[in-house]
Amino acid sequence: MNSFMKWFHKWGSPPWFYRVSGKMLPWLTGLFVITLVYGLYAGLVLAPADYQQGDSFRIIYVHVPAAWMGMFIYMVMAAAALVHLVWRMKMADVVLISSAPIGAAFAFIALVTGSLWGKPMWGTWWTWDARLTSELLLLFIYLGIIALHSAVEDRQSAGRATAVLTLVGVVNIPIIHYSVVWWNTLHQGTTVARLDGPAMAPEMLWPLLSMAFAFKLYYVIVMMLSARGEVLARETKSRWVRELVGGK
Amino acid sequence: MSVWQAFVELLKRDLRLAVRRRAEIANPLLFFVMVIVLFPLGVGAEPNLLERMSAGVVWVAALLAALLTLDSIFRSDFEDGTLEQLLLSAQPLSIMVLAKVVAHWLVTGLPLLLVAPLLAMLLGMKSAAMGTLMLSLLLGTPVLSLIGAIGVALTVGLRRAGVILSLLVLPLYVPVLIFGAAAVDAAASGLPVAGQLYILAAFLAMALSLAPVAAASALRISLS
Repeated sequence: MNSFMKWFHKWGSPPWFYRVSGKMLPWLTGLFVITLVYGLYAGLVLAPADYQQGDSFRIIYVHVPAAWMGMFIYMVMAAAALVHLVWRMKMADVVLISSAPIGAAFAFIALVTGSLWGKPMWGTWWTWDARLTSELLLLFIYLGIIALHSAVEDRQSAGRATAVLTLVGVVNIPIIHYSVVWWNTLHQGTTVARLDGPAMAPEMLWPLLSMAFAFKLYYVIVMMLSARGEVLARETKSRWVRELVGGK
Repeated sequence: MSVWQAFVELLKRDLRLAVRRRAEIANPLLFFVMVIVLFPLGVGAEPNLLERMSAGVVWVAALLAALLTLDSIFRSDFEDGTLEQLLLSAQPLSIMVLAKVVAHWLVTGLPLLLVAPLLAMLLGMKSAAMGTLMLSLLLGTPVLSLIGAIGVALTVGLRRAGVILSLLVLPLYVPVLIFGAAAVDAAASGLPVAGQLYILAAFLAMALSLAPVAAASALRISLS
């Protein structure tokens, strides 16, 4: 436990984060390229066409991972918000605000690809289907968080206000989701995370998982890049930043 | 002073202030009425269509009216410094927030509840659904005020808070809207409504216990 807390607190130190993330980025990028190329090639070329949906099912290789990321990033943000409010850790604040635009982008991608898939399948760009609607509401929540952060001028209270809002959101997201599901459902049922194993052919499933992993890596990479920028901007006056940029 | 006394005193003070500024009570009501009048003008006055839409329209209008008045929960107290005194007082801030929200609901939510059946009648809602409409609004509008209080607490220090406030709060209002309108719809078609009302009651219980705490911590941040 002690060594874990020590490790945990190391991540709270901006210079340590800057150094370690700089070392990790090339590795992460390499892994990202491999999983992305494999996922795309196997998904778009190797996997057989679906017997009902033909080739248009292939959009799931972008749509499903993006939709997962929309939720996943929110969970990361909620954890960061909790850490920020409880331990006042500066890095948690940086992670929170660097993640929000990426999460919003993934939610947006999920909506756009879902709509592109809906046109040939359901014959319409948009239906008020439960998952589409709750994804749209999730996007609104992301945009609210970003709007609040940019509206509060003082950086410190902006971070804490955003953290409170994120936690309020995390209580509400399941409620919103299940309300919308109850309200209307037209979307197909769950096909991947089922107790009796995935209802998907393995040659279709592996590329999907690979893409999901690639998207997670992409998120970590972009979040780190953005967080590094944010850290430098916040710590402009500290000594390690001056040494880094070669000033005195 | 005990917590309960402080709660009652703050409630009384807020109600007294509201009574002295009667226009502020009347304006949201007028807004509520006008929004509802706009719908038949916009979509046409076919009785069938209006009847189908009535539950949703009344609920959406109630939601917008609630949104419009949210700012008054904390704004004027923020501007004249009362809010800082509340923060400094020995009483728990979340209870003080609750008192302010209750006062706000009594002043804005309750009148809405009383006007709603009249407007529902204008839209041709079946009289069988009126009781459920009142009950769903009785359970739902306090939730709107409670959730709204968090949004106002977060934005009270900002100069142009209006648009951001609605961005923050409206997505969180969706469950209340869904179950409120669904209860009224079910009642209009003669189906049992207990399930929807229980869920609204559950939302109310949850918002009553959690929202004041969240709003209090948001206020501390806004005023720091």
